[in-house]
Amino acid sequence: MADFIDYYKILGLEKSASAEDIKKAYRKLARKYHPDLNPDNAEAKKKFQQINEANEVLSDPEKRKKYDQYGEQWKHAEQFEQARQSSNPSGGSRQQHSDFSGSSGFSDFFEQFFGGTRSSAHAAFRGEDYHAELHMTLTDAYTTRKEVLQVNGKNVRITIPAGVEDGQVIKLKGYGGPGINGGPAGDLYITFIINNNTSFQRVGNDLHTTMDLPLYTAVLGGEITIETLSGKIKLKIAPETQNGAKVRVKGKGFPVYKKGDLFGDLFVTWNVRIPTGLTEEEKKLFRQLANK
Amino acid sequence: MEKSNLIPANDFCTHYHISFSFLSGLEEAGLIRTVIIEEQSYLQEDDLGEVEKLVRLHTDLEINIEGIEAITHMLQRMKEMREEMRMLQQRLRLYEQD
Repeated sequence: MADFIDYYKILGLEKSASAEDIKKAYRKLARKYHPDLNPDNAEAKKKFQQINEANEVLSDPEKRKKYDQYGEQWKHAEQFEQARQSSNPSGGSRQQHSDFSGSSGFSDFFEQFFGGTRSSAHAAFRGEDYHAELHMTLTDAYTTRKEVLQVNGKNVRITIPAGVEDGQVIKLKGYGGPGINGGPAGDLYITFIINNNTSFQRVGNDLHTTMDLPLYTAVLGGEITIETLSGKIKLKIAPETQNGAKVRVKGKGFPVYKKGDLFGDLFVTWNVRIPTGLTEEEKKLFRQLANK
Repeated sequence: MEKSNLIPANDFCTHYHISFSFLSGLEEAGLIRTVIIEEQSYLQEDDLGEVEKLVRLHTDLEINIEGIEAITHMLQRMKEMREEMRMLQQRLRLYEQD
């Protein structure tokens, strides 16, 4: 059995509240917690469902009467229901609300207490939106991939364009829960979680990395081969390159999402390595340089 | 344009119990776009989610078109700021790991 829910408390009202008070309280809270005004806020969505349910009961005189009469003793309401149906077979009316959860969005308490009196047979509701996470590595996200996902027993083929970002959400229309009373199916939202399996840091479409640079190459200049996500490349090192200097390699970053052949840039920060284990001869040469 | 991807605006209004003038108002405010074929106005299926959201703001919260316009701009700004924040967090992570 579900637990009792205090609908007056949810709307911040006294039991003596008038229909106008209920309407006002509902409007005020709905404006605060409406899911369309609080995108991606699960707490607001939950709160809105509670407010909606409270309003559903308290704004309907018949439901309110039943709720007030039984209160915490609502589990005995079955007898009330039987008596009411024998004297008034028409049943109650249900106000139609937008449905955000896709399913009824009402608590077990509501379903068990008022379930028999809901007259939603004519109301079509959109099916529930499903949310799923797809984990992939940064190297996976570097190329366009085709995946087959299992959603409620159905195989869903999706193409993930190269350059998808961590936390990015894509919508697959109609792959959510089935609609109610002929309503359209909900949508499937897939959130990509990208684990970085490389030594690169991704910032938007750019990649950043730190590479070691031998002291002599830093001082005299030269060439160094580095690894990128698309293979090895040679970089020219300018003479007298300082420790911490940063170079930008155009077009060697991450692919730009859905932009064909466009790529971000690669930023390499040089970490000049001081040689260790110097021989006496080498030390002597360094001393000579130092004394010059 | 394929008619199968279009929803007659009149059918939409009947389904959601809204007046056609409300849809016209949304279009005038630049919040939705409709397609006219043989003098019949249609909504595009891809836009349906967004139009339904605006209808919910109107019917659930009794917000008029001017209010919806202001809210839409603010939600867009919020979305941009969240995106900016995400980018900044990525950059910050870069320095924190140094």
